[in-house]
Amino acid sequence: MSGTPLVERSLLFVTGKGGVGKTSIAAGLAQMLAAEGRSVLACEVDAKGDLAAAFEVPAPGFAPLVLDDHLSLMAMDTEASLREYLKLNLKIPVVGRIGPLARAFDFVATAAPGVKEILTVGKLCYEVRERHYDHVIVDASATGHIVGQLAAPQAIRELVKVGLIRSQTDWMLDILSDPTKCGLVIVTTPEEMPVAETLELRDAVARETTVDLAAVVVNRVLPERFSPRTEAAFARLKSPEGLDAFRDVFGEGSSAVLAAADLATSLRRNRTQYVTVLREGLGETVPLVLIPYLFQRSDGRRATRQIAEHLAEELDR
Amino acid sequence: MTPARPSSGSLEQLLGAREIVIACGPGGVGKTTTAAAAAAMAAVRLGGDVLVLTVDPARRLASALGLVGLGNDVTEVAPEVFQAAGEVPAGTLSAAMLDTKQSWDALIATHAPDDETRDRILANPLYQNITERFIQSHDYIAMERLYELHSSGKWDLIVVDTPPTRNALDFLDAPSRLADFFSSRLLRWLIAPSRSTLVNLASKPFTQVADRILGTQFLADITDFFVSLQSMYDGFVERSAAVSRLLSDERTSFMVVSSSETVPLREAEFFATELASRELNVGAVVLNKVLPSSLSDPMASSAARKLAQRRSEQTAALGARLGLEPELLDRVLSTVGESFEDYAIVARREAASRERFPLGGATLVTVPQLDRDVHDMGSLLELGAFLFGDGEFTATSPRSA
Repeated sequence: MSGTPLVERSLLFVTGKGGVGKTSIAAGLAQMLAAEGRSVLACEVDAKGDLAAAFEVPAPGFAPLVLDDHLSLMAMDTEASLREYLKLNLKIPVVGRIGPLARAFDFVATAAPGVKEILTVGKLCYEVRERHYDHVIVDASATGHIVGQLAAPQAIRELVKVGLIRSQTDWMLDILSDPTKCGLVIVTTPEEMPVAETLELRDAVARETTVDLAAVVVNRVLPERFSPRTEAAFARLKSPEGLDAFRDVFGEGSSAVLAAADLATSLRRNRTQYVTVLREGLGETVPLVLIPYLFQRSDGRRATRQIAEHLAEELDR
Repeated sequence: MTPARPSSGSLEQLLGAREIVIACGPGGVGKTTTAAAAAAMAAVRLGGDVLVLTVDPARRLASALGLVGLGNDVTEVAPEVFQAAGEVPAGTLSAAMLDTKQSWDALIATHAPDDETRDRILANPLYQNITERFIQSHDYIAMERLYELHSSGKWDLIVVDTPPTRNALDFLDAPSRLADFFSSRLLRWLIAPSRSTLVNLASKPFTQVADRILGTQFLADITDFFVSLQSMYDGFVERSAAVSRLLSDERTSFMVVSSSETVPLREAEFFATELASRELNVGAVVLNKVLPSSLSDPMASSAARKLAQRRSEQTAALGARLGLEPELLDRVLSTVGESFEDYAIVARREAASRERFPLGGATLVTVPQLDRDVHDMGSLLELGAFLFGDGEFTATSPRSA
């Protein structure tokens, strides 16, 4: 396995198709690193409150919400990011009302959507550059938007030939392009569309951005139920004769119990093929991390802890 | 504007009664497939000319619909495709994909006063950046394209698959946001002096700051872009108002698609509530990947309990009866018990979430967890049958007891 391990990079963007559990994995990564004693900032870019829900805390704002000694959460707010930027870089005093600034900002951001993206990426890179935290874990935009976000510094360089923003893109690109510091984590589930999108995204990221793909996390992997030998015995149990015998012992609901095992087996079989497709599509160089489906809990703090434990195991922590 | 009409009772009736049905909901729940299946069923059972407007179908689904390559063209699904699935449709089914770039270009061409303005806009780096690189422009253009297709009068029913949006309802706000933007004082104020020179522009306090941050060339590009767009101002504002009206028209209904998992369902709930608060009609809520109800059957739970408690004492007798080694049978029984327990937990959790869902007047349609992917007309219609409430499991589907 080449490249810097995932957990040694200070800036990780976690993306994935909607519905694959991108936020859960980002939360799990943050939880795992914080549990090891590193200081971690987890940032939600879409500000839907899902990241806060993963830790069962109220939704944070742009100012980080400190959960404990090691873990803080924040929600990206591009207007607040612009305010911070102006304050730090242009010494423009921004006090109280920012009405005119907000209107001007809306205008510029609508005219050139790359501006919003760069304020997002810029803030995250800034936290890394200033070494405020050991790790910045970003619950980033979904697959459809992530390339635009990560490519924003280059896009801005193409559009803006001079000016402060252009010079700012240089140090951002230095961080984003450094595979020992920054990486992208694509989360997927072992299903047709998420796997296809993962492979397409891998190509788009390589083509249009300078960010290194650090790992692909396959979430909700179903457990293997039967070996070939036990599967044959299960087939016998499902036969009319087997079902009769089973029902005689365990009662009326028996066929439903056997049907559940059938369902488990066929779902597992269907999904396994996509893990294979993914493994073959990615090749040897990209680490593949498998996280099991959590039957007991689907979200919340308990699920986040379990995902963190599985991640630690998979990443040999 | 009418508040939600009383539910017509089924998805079949909804598709028969409306001209536009918009599938929306969280990502990853089978929205695209559901929209395609609903449209295919409408063409087969209800007749008429049906169109499915889709955003980003899986490749195999796209080819099942006869959509090859990219592009904006409307393609009719060949009758042979239905024949191969054993159906003779009462109507026709066509499919179209959304090519954002092409749609924007066409929109500019429609509204531009002359060829020179059109070419200037198309060549502007900002325009190219907006339409090519940033997917947010999907939001508006999807609804714009729907408007165009609907007003062509060629379709009895259009089923729309909405683009994945950053914020759930961006696509609804896009038309009015665009109109607001064009009517904004700020834009007019910025454009007004630019007819003279950039020196003039730079004298404004705002542009002084903007100039320091963004640089003169960029500012010039912005200005040029909006000066060109200004000539199309009236057309755009009028058009986006018409698009907004179409969405709230009673010929239009929304179909919220989700799975029963906690997170997507929470988002779907937000969708449904938000649509209702805008007085938009939510005709149906479709929940995909629903586990068999037998998992919550008390008889089944009781059998599973007996299995857990009395497995070891029963293995020998059962093994003898079936000719299976006791040790092997014991492992099989243990796995069977675990599988049931695992899925019963999920089924109970999801059933509870479904019951809490605020349906309003909408019809609830549940579709079982299918064990194969839907990517040909046969499986699309099989899924469609569940949407219409008369689905049957085939040999390859998990059988519920």
